[in-house]
Amino acid sequence: MELVVFICAAAMVLAGALGVVLRSNPVHAALSLVLTLFGIAVMFVSQHAEFLAAVQVVVYAGAIVVLFLFVIMLLGVDRAENLETEPLGIQRPLAIILGLGFVALLITAILKGRDALNMRGDGINVASDGDHDANIRQIARSIFTNYVVAFEVTSVLLIVAVVGTVVLARKRKSDKDLIGVAP
Amino acid sequence: MMLATIVPTSTWYLILGAILFGIGMVGVLVRRNPLIMFMSIELMLNAVNLTFVALSTKLTDINGQTAVFFVLVVAAAEVVVGLGIIVSIMRRRSEISVDDLSALKG
Repeated sequence: MELVVFICAAAMVLAGALGVVLRSNPVHAALSLVLTLFGIAVMFVSQHAEFLAAVQVVVYAGAIVVLFLFVIMLLGVDRAENLETEPLGIQRPLAIILGLGFVALLITAILKGRDALNMRGDGINVASDGDHDANIRQIARSIFTNYVVAFEVTSVLLIVAVVGTVVLARKRKSDKDLIGVAP
Repeated sequence: MMLATIVPTSTWYLILGAILFGIGMVGVLVRRNPLIMFMSIELMLNAVNLTFVALSTKLTDINGQTAVFFVLVVAAAEVVVGLGIIVSIMRRRSEISVDDLSALKG
């Protein structure tokens, strides 16, 4: 059963990821991104990280992708772009070779470290000790004790992001006014 | 039945994360549309998140999931600021391609 879930979720993730990279229409790419994010959320559930799965669906699929779609529609770039023309001829094969080599390196490292990992980890479920809220309670304890400073700094980061976006997106009326007022 | 007894181990999740990261990396390197490049960066962030969660479950250490929580928050902030920059650039230019943005001058 777990195997079936893994295979379905992995197919979702990989199909969505290839869709993001290969589709020429940005709207289709954004919808493929949703497919990938839901696949990742399914994997979080099967890894007993239920809180993160919920946050993944709400924040990523609910907020970030909608933001992408808003910007695509706002800029009016929801047409298919021509992927055939490539100014730098060598770039694509070079990028694909680089990507394949990097993946091969990572997989080699994972397979080399598998024995050490199996020796250290006994693979008990993080969450399920017959207690359905255990995962959320553990994350809350971790965030609000060990990482409480990082959590507070995160709120500063969010405020900075909001203010920065407002500054970037507003119309520059004040520039002209300043020029006009200047003696 | 033979297949039913096979349980996916954490190594499978790690390898899937590696492949997903590679796809995202190729996307950033190949595509010219800044929106698609942002989506590819999200793919790479998700690959790292998957790796964090897989190792967190394997090593019975909740701190990996805390790291994923912070990565989610930072990714949200990064997308908001990045899309704001793209919108303010695209007000002046109609064509959307990073080749036109090689100079910082507006």
